[in-house]
Amino acid sequence: MQLQSMYQDIILDHYRNPHGRGLREPFEAEVHHVNPTCGDEVTLRVHLDGDTIADVSYEGMGCSISQASVSAMYDLVIGKTVPDALATGEHFRTLMQSKGDPAVAEKLEDELEDAVAFAGVSKYPARIKCALMSWMALKDASARAWSSAPAPTEGAQS
Amino acid sequence: MTQTVSRPAGAPQAPLPLDVEAIRADFPILGRTVRNGRRLVYLDSGATSQKPRSVLDAERDFYENHNAAPHRGAHQLAEEATGLYEAARATIGAFIGAPENEIVFTRNTTDAINTVAYALSNAATAKEPAFRRYAVGQGDEIVVTEMEHHANLVPWQQLCERTGATLRWLGLTDDGRLDLANLATVVNDRTKLVAVTQQSNILGTINPLGDIVARAREVGALVLVDGAQSVPHQPVDVTALGADFLVFSGHKMLGPTGVGVLWGRYDVLDALPPFLTGGSMIEVVRMEGSTFMPPPQRFEAGVPMTAQVIGLGAAVEYLQRLGMDKVEAHEQALTGYALARLAEIPGVTVIGPPDTVARGGAVSFTVEGIHPHDVGQVLDDLGIAVRVGHHCAWPVVRRYGVPATTRATFYVHTGYDDIDALADGIRSAQQFFGVAAGGVS
Repeated sequence: MQLQSMYQDIILDHYRNPHGRGLREPFEAEVHHVNPTCGDEVTLRVHLDGDTIADVSYEGMGCSISQASVSAMYDLVIGKTVPDALATGEHFRTLMQSKGDPAVAEKLEDELEDAVAFAGVSKYPARIKCALMSWMALKDASARAWSSAPAPTEGAQS
Repeated sequence: MTQTVSRPAGAPQAPLPLDVEAIRADFPILGRTVRNGRRLVYLDSGATSQKPRSVLDAERDFYENHNAAPHRGAHQLAEEATGLYEAARATIGAFIGAPENEIVFTRNTTDAINTVAYALSNAATAKEPAFRRYAVGQGDEIVVTEMEHHANLVPWQQLCERTGATLRWLGLTDDGRLDLANLATVVNDRTKLVAVTQQSNILGTINPLGDIVARAREVGALVLVDGAQSVPHQPVDVTALGADFLVFSGHKMLGPTGVGVLWGRYDVLDALPPFLTGGSMIEVVRMEGSTFMPPPQRFEAGVPMTAQVIGLGAAVEYLQRLGMDKVEAHEQALTGYALARLAEIPGVTVIGPPDTVARGGAVSFTVEGIHPHDVGQVLDDLGIAVRVGHHCAWPVVRRYGVPATTRATFYVHTGYDDIDALADGIRSAQQFFGVAAGGVS
């Protein structure tokens, strides 16, 4: 059956037992993103420590792909600097645009860890938006947290 | 997962009113397979219908033999194109009991509704006093229902924002019907127009338009009926409807995309200013200003979607050959069967009326423990095409406290075997996601 290529066990595990779920304090930015074609929603908060992502907390509802994606993203970005996390997000986007090409998934395996299991989603154009929603929310929230922070990195560097 | 189809033990089903096998042979697309060789089980006609060969042939014949811009040109092709275009208008008008001068071609239902909504706001500033009769402004009210497709809600919200009018709405009951308890207060002397669907695209509910039209008449309000989900599936006669406008889309009734219909009472259409302006809708144009044609041309600016109109004429003829009474009875039998099959599956909840009384063939449901997108994905893997999401009726899913639903819709080529495949597919999804007992594992 074709379905298993998309619904990898890793994805279903994240869906059933999401990592880092729930909204927490403190945070510098909160965003709400929706996927208007299907009604998937995520509320996501980012807490920065300097330029490092100290916490990402979230609540949301949606399909298994959207919910598993935010859980896998949580594992990937905590402890990364904002630029590194956003670079990882770009790798994930590349994976989503790979149309199931195994060479792309193989190349990104180290970078994306569990999230490389989403490679199968890239064969289903209608589901790519589900997988990308949380990454879009992270990008948005990080940018807001970054701009609202009183120039913490400059302070640390000088 | 296999596609073996299980029939429920016992009661054999009554033969369906339409000959499904013969009809399927008329639809080329139903001969193809999807997802590794599976038969296409198309249960998404509510989003867009498939097209019989006669519709495709009519469009092809037009382009191969008669293509020209209608109502222009002094040549034979222009004459033929005009003749075919206007003949289709007469056919489509007769299908809903309307004279041809009350049939305006639009792109689709959405376009038809916007044509009316913009006419009502343009009326306030129209130079021609005759066009101001239905002007909407501050203090006026527009009434919709909580059941409307976004196409019959957002244009009215926007009209109210442009004009300062107030939007009011009728709510829903828990069993998926319109709550008419406060009809007399919601529709009142300030009401300028009531916009209501005849058949819900998500709940399947068929609304009691008679009560609503009667109340609107008492207060002198116009009534616009959204027929996008009714005209394709049941006999609709505007002389019995009592409304002022009926709007519907060609592509949901076996016709091409890109053509819809705005029917309006002639005297009402004649008192409305145009929405889109330009070529073909003008009477006299001077640099200082222009005057406009009478309806329906006043609302058909630019070269029209000629091939699509002719294709829609062929679709109407196809439906007339089947008989709309039979189409309605066919879908009612299928709906009853689907509701019974879904009721057998633990964890499946139908959102909408639980029986076939005043109900059409849009069956929306949730499966406990599985998001509708994931249900749809498993069904797709089995070759079954359904719609998932909020079905462009976000307030409805919000009203019933679900984020989204899975929706199956039926049409003339749908058989019991399609519904058996759906029921088996839902069970497959439950197995796949480990919620087979109807609860989360």
